Amino acid sequence: MTALKLTDLRKVYGSGFEALKGIDLEVAEEDFFALLGPNGAGKSTAIGIISSLVNKSAGRVEVFGHDLDSDREAVQSCIGLVPQEFNFNQFEPVLEVVINQAGFYGIPRLEARRRAERYLKQLDLWDKRDSESRQLSGGMKRRLMIARALVHQPRLLILDEPTAGVDIEIRRSMWEFLRGINQQGVTIILTTHYLEEAESLCRHIGIINHGEIIEYSNMAELLRRLHLETFVLTLAEPVLVAPEIEGYPITRVDETTLEVIVAQERGINRLFAALDEHGIQVQSLRNKQNRLEQLFMDLLSEANALRRQEPCP
Amino acid sequence: MSRISRYRVAFNTILFREVLRFSRIWVQTILPPAITMALYFIIFGKLIGERIGEMDGFRYIDFIVPGLILMSVISNSYANVVSSFYSSKFQRHVEELIVAPVPDWVVLAGYVGGGVARGLVVGIVVTAVSMFFTDLHIHSYGITLTVFVLTSILFATAGFINAVYANSFDDITIIPTFVLTPLTYLGGVFYSIQLLPDFWQQVSLANPVLYMINAFRYGLLGVSDIPLTLALGLIVLFIVALLAYSLWLLRRGVGIKS
Ligand SMILES: Nc1ncnc2c1ncn2[C@@H]1O[C@H](COP(=O)(O)OP(=O)(O)O)[C@@H](O)[C@H]1O
Ligand SMILES: [Mg+2]
Repeated sequence: MTALKLTDLRKVYGSGFEALKGIDLEVAEEDFFALLGPNGAGKSTAIGIISSLVNKSAGRVEVFGHDLDSDREAVQSCIGLVPQEFNFNQFEPVLEVVINQAGFYGIPRLEARRRAERYLKQLDLWDKRDSESRQLSGGMKRRLMIARALVHQPRLLILDEPTAGVDIEIRRSMWEFLRGINQQGVTIILTTHYLEEAESLCRHIGIINHGEIIEYSNMAELLRRLHLETFVLTLAEPVLVAPEIEGYPITRVDETTLEVIVAQERGINRLFAALDEHGIQVQSLRNKQNRLEQLFMDLLSEANALRRQEPCP
Repeated sequence: MSRISRYRVAFNTILFREVLRFSRIWVQTILPPAITMALYFIIFGKLIGERIGEMDGFRYIDFIVPGLILMSVISNSYANVVSSFYSSKFQRHVEELIVAPVPDWVVLAGYVGGGVARGLVVGIVVTAVSMFFTDLHIHSYGITLTVFVLTSILFATAGFINAVYANSFDDITIIPTFVLTPLTYLGGVFYSIQLLPDFWQQVSLANPVLYMINAFRYGLLGVSDIPLTLALGLIVLFIVALLAYSLWLLRRGVGIKS
């Protein structure tokens, strides 16, 4: 079954700014899906529309077969949202934040309390249940929003940059937690700036830029298809110029070092044959690290410029 | 889970949260009207009132009691919703409600219910304070309670609309200060409009608060400058109009959704 289907989704803000230029997206049930893109790409806008926080300008949203326009409440009941920015009542105690959210979904107070206890314990917040939520640390606040999003046991959990500003240790334990939730059958969509995060967690990925989906596939295929590997060759004898070999762009780093970009499907055998013809002996070869991060940089070099600038919020 | 029981739980949750909110900060919400009221009674009722003599056949202090009680109900019902809903926008936790399957009318009912609850609590406290100064005699419990609740609903809803449009904390005090307070003071809390020259009597009739205060005074004392049915009819009309407008605002997402 399809958990989420977006068809030609468009958003023009009141200012006239076109944040989404007609995106199509499909996420299967039980998938772990990453929506990747630079700041301002339209990730939060898309998520806002799906979760009723933003009015769409055109297009269609379906969640587990329910249409947002004709059956909004069914859509809302399926979704748990962890928004990008903290949006709980700062003065409300932690436990109440979760219980009240359950109440808004119609879960009676007694049951709401039981569930709140379960999720707060799982997220390591039970000791803080009586603290005002503004007294929590950044990582705790994120976890509180996750507990709040899970309390009505949604089939689709959407997290908008859940680990922004969270330190690495907590980030990893959050990943573990999300993996567990996903294994229990909850479909997860997350947006992120941390490429490592998408790579480590997600099976499918959509890359969004300037309000358009520019890449949409499964993670492995994406890597296979677009991933050019760079090999560093150490030569037995110095060379003066880089040899020219059809299909293998080579650059000379120094007199005994060459770098070759190899498209994965080409393989490396023909390269060695060709080098042999040029009378070049390769002493050793190593794979220069070039993973999703590199790929992403190629796709969205501008995104990376932004990412380096951006302090953790 | 049936739709109705889901809505009921959601409504109770909002209402309970609202009541908890103003109870927690009772020093800011319940205590001030009680103190203000005591001061009014001491100054206007006792000190000045004794020189004024009678108004509409009642001791001055007895005459002003209904208006003063209703004034507290008005300002507290309004204040509760405007500050609570505005702060839910400001802190963004209104989003907790928007993402949940709660229809607009349940959200509105919950917040208005919270305003009415505060109006009721303050009304009772203020009435209790007035008992120290006068022997409150209630002419008609039914009318008193009806006007009390309707007025509270009306101003809670008005406070909601104010909050929807508010973009800063200033915006939530402007209307109470420049509209609500003058209307209440000029709505015959302290005098019978029959004391006014003809022209000003006519002007006063354009003030909706006048109708509520007079209807309430009728409930307590059995006297009114305005026919009771006209007053009640007008209040109900206002309520319907403001509720409809609030629902329209919520549906459009004004001030909440982009
Ligand atoms: N309420 C708004 N009014 C006008 N423009 C907005 C609003 N919200 C977001 N935008 C613009 O829409 C674009 C997409 O924003 P957003 O969806 O938040 O991006 P992302 O989450 O990918 O960083 C940005 O250029 C942003 O400035
Ligand atoms: Mg965003």
